[in-house]
Amino acid sequence: MADNQPDRGQRGLPGGKPRYSAFAVAKNSMSYHQDWQRAWRDAEPKSEYDAVIIGGGGHGLATAYYLAAVHGMTNIAVIEKGWLGGGNTGRNTTIIRSNYLWDESAAIYEHSMKLWEGLSQDLNFNVMFSQRGVLTIAHSEHELREMSRRVHAIRLNGIDSEILGPAEIKKFVPTINIDQSIRYPVMGGFLQRRGGTARHDAVAWGYARAADDLGVDIIQKCEVTGLRRQGRKIVGVETSRGFIKTKKVGCVVAGHSSVVAAMAGIRLPIASRPLQALVSEPIKPILDTVIMSNAVHMYISQSDKGEMVLGAGVDKYNSYAQRGSFPVPEHMLAAAVELFPVLSRLRMLRHWGGIVDTCPDASPIISKTDIEGLYFDCGWGTGGFKATPGSGHVFADLIANDRPNKIAAPYTLDRFRSGLLIDEHGAAGVAH
Amino acid sequence: MMLIDCPFCGPRDETEFSCGGEAHIARPLAENKISEAEFADYLFMRDNPKGLFLERWRHSAGCRRWFNMARDTVSHEIVEIYPMGALPKTAAAKSAYSASWRRDTAAEHAAKPARTTVKNAGKARGAK
Ligand SMILES: Cc1cc2nc3c(=O)[nH]c(=O)nc-3n(C[C@H](O)[C@H](O)[C@H](O)COP(=O)(O)OP(=O)(O)OC[C@H]3O[C@@H](n4cnc5c(N)ncnc54)[C@H](O)[C@@H]3O)c2cc1C
Ligand SMILES: [Zn+2]
Repeated sequence: MADNQPDRGQRGLPGGKPRYSAFAVAKNSMSYHQDWQRAWRDAEPKSEYDAVIIGGGGHGLATAYYLAAVHGMTNIAVIEKGWLGGGNTGRNTTIIRSNYLWDESAAIYEHSMKLWEGLSQDLNFNVMFSQRGVLTIAHSEHELREMSRRVHAIRLNGIDSEILGPAEIKKFVPTINIDQSIRYPVMGGFLQRRGGTARHDAVAWGYARAADDLGVDIIQKCEVTGLRRQGRKIVGVETSRGFIKTKKVGCVVAGHSSVVAAMAGIRLPIASRPLQALVSEPIKPILDTVIMSNAVHMYISQSDKGEMVLGAGVDKYNSYAQRGSFPVPEHMLAAAVELFPVLSRLRMLRHWGGIVDTCPDASPIISKTDIEGLYFDCGWGTGGFKATPGSGHVFADLIANDRPNKIAAPYTLDRFRSGLLIDEHGAAGVAH
Repeated sequence: MMLIDCPFCGPRDETEFSCGGEAHIARPLAENKISEAEFADYLFMRDNPKGLFLERWRHSAGCRRWFNMARDTVSHEIVEIYPMGALPKTAAAKSAYSASWRRDTAAEHAAKPARTTVKNAGKARGAK
């Protein structure tokens, strides 16, 4: 599996948009940066498209880009009710890794990882993909044993993964506290060196700019309010800016999946839950990797601006409020300051929540439905940012060919009937 | 942060409670008479409305008893708290109950006899 490369389609900006480069920066400085071209057009909705993608998050924009770049479908639109990346794409802690337990997961997350490695070139947009490593910590004997089982499974799938002991962890992350007497002691961990982070907004913007270059219409401030059907066939979408005719609709709306599904009478196993994150005031570099703890539901990295980025757990009840309850980050911070005593005096700069689409087996749904022309890509829950390129790539393929490819096939909605679940709670439960 | 009025202990912080998810999911009695897809409606498919939601809660760090709650998933306003096995009484929660797709499922129809017994049990408990 490790050697097949995904079909990246047409690279660069074949549509003829001026390219971003060091030279372009120099050239534009002559005109005081007043003459940069728009990154994408503010398109008016047309009356008809070959396909409509609902949701202008990373996954929806990636789907549109690959539909155009790989499958030549350029008469398509992305419809977003707010602004691009204003959903979970712009709210996440940007952790990227492909070290999941099951073969089905390894296939899709590694597919995504390969697309990340080269995405900035594909899109001619610096998505700031930084393979700084992702280290997941074990706090008990049991967790450590379970972890080594996972590490072996991951390696059998040709994906890099290694176990570190407390001393090696201390060497790798000098600011961490490995004192065994704390509430969540560091007993060991496992590291994926190819894992890391990327700039979330840049991912949305990069895909949007490249899709626009290929002719895709990107329509913001336009809410889908209904799915129009004729019998068991989709014929278009009702929006706040009028009816748009189309035979193919891809729904990529994350936390709002159940709401959009209900417009077509489709049932999903999804629960929408708040997930929270926060950043501290910026400080000098102290952490050059990503640390995760599944037991605490804590994950931490340092942004290029110097802010400490900390993610917390998911609230235990359904909500669309886009804010979480305070005890959740409080619990996470209590453990974080023990693990990193250097954080204890830092002030919090911002704190926010996003509504994530959690699935019973902690795996996504990439599926046709029993309505012809209606497709769903959802259920990524707490950990779908890392999958943005891979998800868009296989979902575009599903929409273009009306059948899932080998990577997408296990992720049908039908698995909740057949019982062929892909239980990734261990790898994806809450932490990323 | 919610303040939840436990019907047995009074108002307490949300941290004392655990949420048991969608309420009124009845287990189909005649499992072998319904299809796998219909059974999946019971086992996996979930109502996930943006607005009023009927759910089960437990005062897990208090009296440890269960109850039903009608709560708005956008404002988090608690509209009604009512006993297990009973149906809601406020107009808004009643219409949320009948609006759920679950009311039309084969799984729910196959559970009908069970629901009546549970309902009676609820009435008896609600009376004290
Ligand atoms: C706090 C937090 C931390 C996270 N950390 C990580 C992490 O470290 N690593 C990781 O891999 N994942 C992480 N995730 C998960 C990740 O953010 C998501 O899985 C991923 O970004 C989902 O992308 P998306 O494009 O599907 O959804 P979104 O970006 O949410 O996009 C969906 C879009 O659909 C739009 N929409 C909804 N309804 C309609 C409608 N009716 N009409 C038109 N448009 C509509 C919304 O406005 C939204 O912009 C985190 C999530 C959160 C909230
Ligand atoms: Zn109580």
